[in-house]
Amino acid sequence: MTLRELTCVVCPNGCPLKIVCTEDDPPRVESVEGHLCPRGIRWARQEVEAPQRTIASSVLVAGGVAPLASVRTDRPIPLEKIPSVMQELRKLVLPAPLALGDVVLRNPAGTDCAVIVTRGVEREKEKSRKIFS
Amino acid sequence: MNLEERDLVIIGGGPAGLAAAISAWEAGCRDILLVERDRVLGGILNQCIHDGFGLHTFNEALSGPEYAARYIEKLRNTGVEVLEQTMVLHLGEDRVLHLASRGTYRTLRARGVILAMGCRERPRGAISIPGTRPSGVFTAGAAQHLMNLENIMVGNRVCILGSGDIGLIMARRMTLEGASVEGVFEILPYSSGLPRNIQQCLNDYDIPLYLGTTVQKIHGSRRLEGVTVAQVGPDRCPLAGSERYVPCDTLLLSVGLIPENELSREASIPLDPRTNGPLVDSSFMTRVPGIFACGNVLHVHDLVDYVSQEAEEAGRFAAAWSCAAARSSANSLSVIPGEGIRYTLPQKISSSESTTLSLRVAAPWRNRSIVVREKEKIVARKSLVRLHPAEMIRIALDAKSLLGVHELEVILQ
Repeated sequence: MTLRELTCVVCPNGCPLKIVCTEDDPPRVESVEGHLCPRGIRWARQEVEAPQRTIASSVLVAGGVAPLASVRTDRPIPLEKIPSVMQELRKLVLPAPLALGDVVLRNPAGTDCAVIVTRGVEREKEKSRKIFS
Repeated sequence: MNLEERDLVIIGGGPAGLAAAISAWEAGCRDILLVERDRVLGGILNQCIHDGFGLHTFNEALSGPEYAARYIEKLRNTGVEVLEQTMVLHLGEDRVLHLASRGTYRTLRARGVILAMGCRERPRGAISIPGTRPSGVFTAGAAQHLMNLENIMVGNRVCILGSGDIGLIMARRMTLEGASVEGVFEILPYSSGLPRNIQQCLNDYDIPLYLGTTVQKIHGSRRLEGVTVAQVGPDRCPLAGSERYVPCDTLLLSVGLIPENELSREASIPLDPRTNGPLVDSSFMTRVPGIFACGNVLHVHDLVDYVSQEAEEAGRFAAAWSCAAARSSANSLSVIPGEGIRYTLPQKISSSESTTLSLRVAAPWRNRSIVVREKEKIVARKSLVRLHPAEMIRIALDAKSLLGVHELEVILQ
């Protein structure tokens, strides 16, 4: 058995939890102390047995008014998948224009999520003709 | 001189300016000009690509740009005139504004003005770190802008001074982009970031947080080569013998925010030394008639949702002032921060209207109450499980309970 001390992040109370879990991989929760409501127990179980996060990043854009478009996963994904999802995002170069909510990648690294655009990028306007050409 | 006249001018197109403009329009004001310095609306939200915005307002965890987009779209459906890439160079007590943009300069007079300029970061000079002045020392927000909007990686081996939320978010961001974050150093004995950010930005990536520790010296000639960190005593001075050299090429500073009040000073608006923002009454009007303030220029908020709420109220009051005869201001009741309270806002309220007080505590506590009182008479009380200086507390005051009250004190109990 191991004792893990985590701060519950479900609400701003931030209860300090004492969680006893097994040493299996992944560990299993045996008992939780310090929570003020049942959501703390559910969160502790999720966090210890299969932690999940939403992840945000930015991807390269070709021919846009900005060099990057910001993106995020549309739902939390397993924490341990984040490095491989980041690797897939790093390979992308997306042609402008991109609109808010566009899906740029589905199921990266085998996760059950879509990566969506959170800030649109318009196409770069043609450079104005030089006056003396 | 003949001046162009406008009913309402809003300075700043970030979350506060956007929400204020929309609510002033909805309150019936039909001549509104919103002035934004940047190329696009949205303010700092544009570079805050992480999620967690809008949990209170939209019940969703949006990224910064998505949160801004909801307000920008709403604004585009109103008749509010927006001037981007335009800077207000001067604001007078008489509400005359000088506006400059590429190739134009104009002067106009507004019946009402809303200050929504936001805040900026405390730089290295504000905390006087000794040492050389190499490149590689950034405020966390500047690094965030370069990385998230300009595609410029600021460094590879990073130390972060200050554990505010921006510093924590950048620790994760730099790690995900392949940098090695050596540690986050916090001079206080507690972190000023949200517990959830400590967990998901530091613990998730095994980034150490050193409390009661500060950067004592900066080394390097052209580029940063390393920093000396030291533990501090209760007086926050470095303890001799605790120094340690940490090699790094980048130092990010996340050491606090300052409301951006240069224009307010020009307009002779009195500021509160506790908030570093204007003194306001419960209609969010400053001591200069017709000039209102909301958002981070008024006091630094922890959540953008609260900025939007506050700005909506300010927008309504400003619309009423600008588009009708000036209301008589019945704001006569002072609110004073007492024991355990860092500040309260507004500093003056009306005894005939219900109001929401915003405040922060001076130190972290558990299981305490905030009491609003005049001597023995308790006007409001709020019990909280968790109190933290980094988190704003809001308390509703009922007009009925303010009858016969002259001065309110807010204390921690």
